[in-house]
Amino acid sequence: MEAFTTWSGIAVPFDETNVDTNQLCPTRFNKVPWGPRFAKILLHDRRFNADDSEKPDYILNQEPYRRAVIAVAGRNFGVGSSRETAVLGLMGFGIRSVIAPNFGDIFYNNSLKNGVLPVRLPTAIVDLLLRQLLAQRGAQMRVDLPSQTVTGPDGATHPFDIAPLSKKRLLLGLDEIAHTQEYGGEIKRFEERQAKDYPWLGAAPT
Amino acid sequence: MKTLFDKVWDSHIVAQEEDETLLYVDRCLIHEGSRHTFDALHERGLSVAHPDKVFAFSDHYIPTDPQARSRGVASIPDAEIRNMVELLIRNTDEFKISRFGWGDARQGILHVAGPELGLSQPGIVLVGADSHTSTHGAFGNLSFGIGASETTHVVATQTIWQRRPDTLHIRIDGALGFGVTAKDIILAVIAKIGIGGAIGYAIEYAGSAIAAMSMNERMTICNMSIEAGGRAGMIAPDDTTYQFLAGRPFSPKGQAWDNALKFWRTLPSDPGAKFGKEVDIDAARVVPMVTWGTNPEQSLPITERVPDPDKEPDAETRIEYGKALTYMGLKPGMRLTEIAVDRVFIGSCTNSRIDDIRAAAAVAKLGRAVIPAWVVPGSESIKRQAEAEGLDRIFTDAGFEWRNAGCSLCTALNGDQLKPGERCGSTSNRNFQGRQGPGGRTHLMSPAMAAAAALRGHLVDVRELGGRN
Ligand code: SF4
Repeated sequence: MEAFTTWSGIAVPFDETNVDTNQLCPTRFNKVPWGPRFAKILLHDRRFNADDSEKPDYILNQEPYRRAVIAVAGRNFGVGSSRETAVLGLMGFGIRSVIAPNFGDIFYNNSLKNGVLPVRLPTAIVDLLLRQLLAQRGAQMRVDLPSQTVTGPDGATHPFDIAPLSKKRLLLGLDEIAHTQEYGGEIKRFEERQAKDYPWLGAAPT
Repeated sequence: MKTLFDKVWDSHIVAQEEDETLLYVDRCLIHEGSRHTFDALHERGLSVAHPDKVFAFSDHYIPTDPQARSRGVASIPDAEIRNMVELLIRNTDEFKISRFGWGDARQGILHVAGPELGLSQPGIVLVGADSHTSTHGAFGNLSFGIGASETTHVVATQTIWQRRPDTLHIRIDGALGFGVTAKDIILAVIAKIGIGGAIGYAIEYAGSAIAAMSMNERMTICNMSIEAGGRAGMIAPDDTTYQFLAGRPFSPKGQAWDNALKFWRTLPSDPGAKFGKEVDIDAARVVPMVTWGTNPEQSLPITERVPDPDKEPDAETRIEYGKALTYMGLKPGMRLTEIAVDRVFIGSCTNSRIDDIRAAAAVAKLGRAVIPAWVVPGSESIKRQAEAEGLDRIFTDAGFEWRNAGCSLCTALNGDQLKPGERCGSTSNRNFQGRQGPGGRTHLMSPAMAAAAALRGHLVDVRELGGRN
């Protein structure tokens, strides 16, 4: 996983609530293997016409938002399907952090696994950030994981929470599977106990 | 004093680090969409820790057209779709994972065929590479959906890191009225708490209405927990649960059954156990529901009218509703029963079980479909059972199409999809923009309501037709 420490740059306002993973990555792209195609997949049906031409009025098709690295959005961002392609779309486009009042649970976890930082901030602050971004096209923001702060277009900083282990993994770009394998002994002991207490779970079907 | 959730969670802790728990995973369900997981295994040279604890289902991409099914995998015209079906076969063969796939009498949607096999047992932790894995919690276990990276982690280590969710107790008391089903109840729950209402929570459903439900109905309830944002949905196991499980291929037998039963009976939440949040629903007041908008909380009783955004006090809601109505092509204030639909889909892991098929057939019997209407059973075994009961004939005589098992039009992955602007009465679980195909418009409802819409060509209160639920 790519490490995440600090990202600063252009922030795009998604002034919308309930942007579900079906919008972030339309279902038919779930079969695409991870790679460069994902830059186009993010919010595809909002960004492109049926003939694949760009919709010029969609915000991600406009400068300077083509270079956005941060997104600010309304509540319930990433609800719905478990598709990780929703995160891959953001990554492919270059967005490395999304700020919203709350997120779909599975999307939140999927983001952490891919080095995209989901930042939960109170609704009032998200609204403020959205207003500032809408008022000042191309405004920059900064997301700083070590200090757990977001810096808005006006320079004000806002603290955010993140689970300590998730933070550590992101900062170091830790490989989660390798980390878990260090618990091999504990896993084995658990399995031995379980085979004794609940033997039917291991039985072959009849 | 512990809740059902506490008992299952606590008994699966392998390790704890900071605020995250390494949980043991008893069973992991995957499907054709799990290619990113196998790509990652290949890329990293990882192996599957316990192939006998991973179960694969062919459902998302498999065709449901009986003719296509009889022609075999190689005949799928779209190369990308065919590739997804073939990838699952190759990958499960390579990693020696059991597959319930094309041609297998047990094939079906993972959340329908899995429970039929007896895989979803009380007290276990079950994960699935699909958000509706919450379905399996109907058996009193902790089941939740995970993404592709998490699935890779699970199959490589048989564990998963989780932050402990809070618990939400949803108590549903009272008797369901005529024409009212589990689908209407869960739509009413989501309308009440919102699509974000259960984010961060594991839900336990309880109350007299839940106790009176069959396992199939309980699965419909738990299935849509994710549509309220819930991490999981659970129902305490009881005699209904045990009756369903008895004799299933993966269910314990003989002495092991007695031992299992003794353990399962310890699982229900202790009296007085504390939940993080409580919600009460009066089942007797719920009437048949339909969604009018573009997410599952935007639903109303069929007797109502399409909302007028301008009358909403909250500015954000005005915008949300306005956008939803534009996408759905609806006029504020029109009666829901005035909404004409172009086609009907009866199926999906929410409503494709035998009870659902019977309820739809009972309505289909009352007339003839005036628009294309598909019935897609959730598994091949449900298909066989329905055929044994003569239900397929009722449907075909009434002009409905009877198909093979799979996800089909629920998610439009296998090529079954709506045309832009087409409007569908659907028994599935998501009415997001484009869910059933780009530009498609979805109204969610119960199987009986969907069958009624097929007979009339517009949304209709099934209670007017006199059909049973
Ligand atoms: S039926 Fe629909 S919701 Fe259920 S698993 Fe298949 S695609 Fe997902």
